[in-house]
Amino acid sequence: LAHGGGGKLMQQLLERMFLPTFGAAKSIPHDSAVLSLPTDKIAFTTDSYVINPLFFPGGDIGSLAIHGTVNDLAMSGARPLYLSVGFILEEGLPMETLWRIVQSMQQAAENANVQIITGDTKVVDRGKGDGIFINTAGVGIVEHDLLIAPQSVEPGDVILINGDLGRHGIAIMAVREGLEFETTIESDSAPLASIVLELIEAGVKIHCLRDLTRGGLSSTLNEIAASAKVTINIDENVIPVREDVQGACEILGFDPLYVANEGRFAAFVPQESVDKALEILRSHNEQACIIGQVTGRSDAKMGLVTVQSLIGASRILDMLSGEQLPRIC
Amino acid sequence: MADQTNRQRLSLIIRGAVQGVGFRPFIYRLATELALVGWVNNSSVGVFIEVEGNRNTLESFLERVQREKPPRSQIHTIETQWLDLSGYTTFEIRHSVSGEKTAVVLPDLATCPDCFREIFDPHNRRYRYPFTNCTNCGPRYTIIEALPYDRCNTTMKGFKMCPQCQAEYENPLDRRFHAQPNACPVCGPHLELWNLQGEVLAAGDRALIAAANAIREGKIVAIKGLGGFHLVVDARNSAAVAELRKRKGRPDKPFAVMYPGLDLVKEQCQVTPTEEELLQSAECPIVLLKFDLSPNFRSPLTPLMKGGTISSEVAPGNPYLGVMLPYTPLHHLLMRELGFPMVATSGNVSDEPICVDELEALQKLNQIADVFLVHNRPIARPVDDSVVRTMGGREMVLRRARGYAPFPIIIPSPTPSPLTPVLAVGGHLKNTIAIARPPQVFLSQHIGDLETPAAFNYFQQVMTSLRELYEFEPELVACDAHPDYISSQFAASQNLPLIKVQHHYAHVLSCMAEHGLEPPVLGVAWDGTGYGEDETIWGGEFIYISEETYQRVAHFRPWQLPGGEQAVKEPRRIALGLLEELLILNPVLEGRGLINNTPLEQTFTPQELFLLKTMLKKGLNSPKTSSVGRLFDGVASLLGIRQKASFEGQAAMELEFKIGEMITDNYYNFSISSSVPAIIDWSPMITAILKDVSDELPLPEICAKFHNTLVKIILEIAKSFPCHQIILTGGCFQNRYLTERTIDQLQQQNYCPYWHQQIPPNDGGLALGQVIAALKPRVSINHQEV
Ligand SMILES: [Fe+3]
Ligand SMILES: [Mg+2]
Ligand SMILES: [Zn+2]
Ligand SMILES: [Zn+2]
Repeated sequence: LAHGGGGKLMQQLLERMFLPTFGAAKSIPHDSAVLSLPTDKIAFTTDSYVINPLFFPGGDIGSLAIHGTVNDLAMSGARPLYLSVGFILEEGLPMETLWRIVQSMQQAAENANVQIITGDTKVVDRGKGDGIFINTAGVGIVEHDLLIAPQSVEPGDVILINGDLGRHGIAIMAVREGLEFETTIESDSAPLASIVLELIEAGVKIHCLRDLTRGGLSSTLNEIAASAKVTINIDENVIPVREDVQGACEILGFDPLYVANEGRFAAFVPQESVDKALEILRSHNEQACIIGQVTGRSDAKMGLVTVQSLIGASRILDMLSGEQLPRIC
Repeated sequence: MADQTNRQRLSLIIRGAVQGVGFRPFIYRLATELALVGWVNNSSVGVFIEVEGNRNTLESFLERVQREKPPRSQIHTIETQWLDLSGYTTFEIRHSVSGEKTAVVLPDLATCPDCFREIFDPHNRRYRYPFTNCTNCGPRYTIIEALPYDRCNTTMKGFKMCPQCQAEYENPLDRRFHAQPNACPVCGPHLELWNLQGEVLAAGDRALIAAANAIREGKIVAIKGLGGFHLVVDARNSAAVAELRKRKGRPDKPFAVMYPGLDLVKEQCQVTPTEEELLQSAECPIVLLKFDLSPNFRSPLTPLMKGGTISSEVAPGNPYLGVMLPYTPLHHLLMRELGFPMVATSGNVSDEPICVDELEALQKLNQIADVFLVHNRPIARPVDDSVVRTMGGREMVLRRARGYAPFPIIIPSPTPSPLTPVLAVGGHLKNTIAIARPPQVFLSQHIGDLETPAAFNYFQQVMTSLRELYEFEPELVACDAHPDYISSQFAASQNLPLIKVQHHYAHVLSCMAEHGLEPPVLGVAWDGTGYGEDETIWGGEFIYISEETYQRVAHFRPWQLPGGEQAVKEPRRIALGLLEELLILNPVLEGRGLINNTPLEQTFTPQELFLLKTMLKKGLNSPKTSSVGRLFDGVASLLGIRQKASFEGQAAMELEFKIGEMITDNYYNFSISSSVPAIIDWSPMITAILKDVSDELPLPEICAKFHNTLVKIILEIAKSFPCHQIILTGGCFQNRYLTERTIDQLQQQNYCPYWHQQIPPNDGGLALGQVIAALKPRVSINHQEV
């Protein structure tokens, strides 16, 4: 790839590669997309994707860029409709690579029921980027009256997750660091909007949703506990972690509860909605389960999340700073 | 009448440990004996005295107060004032008054000889009464709810004294005058034996006898004692001890043992005079004794303990045994009943604090204990048994709790003196906290590892209770620099100015404080893990402290720990880290299959080995460390001593024990760079150890040479500093061979080595060091605010 900043080549790239791929080709305008939305309650989000490796078992940067933004919309209970895509390409990125990523994005968008309706591409000099950076922004509509946010969380709420934990983080690390485990661990990257919409349509009174991305389940629960001013207790014994992921974590010295996921979320729902919610989550993934509950209110700023360990006493599931340096001696 | 012209009034304020130790009766007796008139009272500040008499008598009174004070009391200051006569006619003990809370809360004291005699005297009204006490002994800190120390401020407030007890309590000449927990079988607390459902199986003395029978039968009995519950089994019964290990989830860590008496201890352990004194002291700690069952040691004339000896399950592979003697009447009665030693370990669930409440215990220990021996005197706060050993012939407190806490440490007043009330929150493991009101620093009892919600609660409780007892409002909080310590995170949430104190600097300061040392000192701070200023893990540090500042002047060459915390649990990973670093330093070794001939190789699958090596090469979750504690682990692995550890310090301890009776002065080579800080390169030593292993040099010799090398390193570094005070601190200096040899060799070279005595060398001492750092004038310590 050697397309300079903008101009004619960029135009070609757009027309030859992106327009035919991203379905709504005919209507993609060069300046801005004009949308008409069926409601006045709109969810809007953006995220940028920088990842090494670009391809990994279970996904690639393209599908990730779609899932990530779709899931952010889904976590407010919105129905994702439209995405924008911005590429920053490093000079020298093989056309073939770009093509694969673009194809994957289109596939992911189709699966997630969203349309890519506007975009932009810039090429930077060799060495000024890391192959490819992608930004996506998404618009969704909110069709319910729930306040899906930490402030709705209440003592007694039950916490569910929609599947096993830790695969994405380990899959990425395995490829990036050249680690070979007994089996190939695939990322769990997936769009979550349809499950969430199904929950809402079934009348599940969702209090809060959060995807378990960076920092994993542990960081998510700590953040929610802190902003909702509640205490949370979960049971490690019931949290599904695949054996190969568990094994990899042991070798690497990671706790699966802190490892990133891309297709997993935690749902806080009131007692009355638990059965319905679990049934729906289970219909998508048998490993979906109840992991714990909100145990009370708290004014403290820390020590809010506890976990019943595999053996013996419960422990504090703390918020760890970036690098996990040993504390024990 | 005496010469009226020479009569004067003397007013005294005595501060220190003067409450609950029979201080007022002592004053009463002394004043009466000298025919002085006036009064004495207790306040939360201390003891106030006014005495009138002739000048000479008053001076002799003042002198005798200091000379003859009750054995358990400590006088910190006496303020005197000579006044005009007030015209008293009698000497009386007046009611307590309140005021600023600077009086000292006393630790709990082991049963005194007088009370001991009473409980075994069939004619005494306290015969076989398990809650007997007097002003010379009994509970204090474990029953105090507020100051001043009066019955209404203790957990004894619910027990109304019978007329006989009340009479003792009011008689200034009685040993029980104002003994706040005073009680007898008529009016005091009593025992009950409960089953797992909490149903009463027996009460009073029958409960005690039934509990003894259960122990004899091999059952696990939870016993509510002074500062919390113990889990108790017959120490001779291997099956019972193994069952306790299984139920507690504690595979190897040694258990402490309570012996009926000193004679039986001496039959099985080597006991020096210092150790004997410690065993029988009022603190009555667990003392680590050299366990010795060799026939030449045991006198053939002494009959073997009835029914066999201590099971090897008690302290597997450990040449030391944690031994204590009975310290309450309850324990004395039970041990007399049994006549053999019993394992007495903390009644808790893995890392949680010990249970203090019988209902809580019933629930938490339900899966562990078979029956519960409980009583109805509430415990105000959990206080574990203290653990001590002797080091260099002196006491070294390893776990500071019952009998020691919350006795204050008196520190030299800082100059200029910022009397900021400081709260220090300690470390992460073996946590203790401290509050400082110079010149007193109150260091809390051992709280434990802040890994469980229960421990974190206890940590907050101890803080609240110390603050309430002393009506203390901190204006400054000091914590460790590690961002992931719960204690540090708690400190940061307090909305108070925060001082982060580097871990090893705090270790050195704690030892300086306990010895009242002034800079300059060279601190040798060796431990397992501490957060360093460069955001790596330190633990093999030399820290020079001058009048103005402190500096890390030397440290061990850092290497990687593959898997971070996981490596700490697996010494073999640490060895792998060492070997990889060795290859980086000396690639020629690559071809020689460095790992191939070491014991750690077989413990990994080829795939694991490949993964770990990749992690090391890429620096993936492989933090760097300079820790000597970790070096011990790595060497223990290379020598095939231990590849995986089930408790902290296990590999290092085993490495020390392997020396056995080996005597050698040999050591390994090492090198020290001339950089600042100087870097101590361990690679020549590891290379030589590998060679010794392949040459099949006996293990005890290699282990001794390794220790000797560490001593040599201290001597070498010490040479480069114009300072004679060398501080030995950090968990590594719990190692007797290392510490005593270092002390010895430093002294031979005319250095003044200092090691810990009253304050634990491990992280239990951090809070004290943090307080000291926080009290230093801000301007001069710029490193410290990380
Ligand atoms: Fe330490
Ligand atoms: Mg996002
Ligand atoms: Zn007594
Ligand atoms: Zn009585």
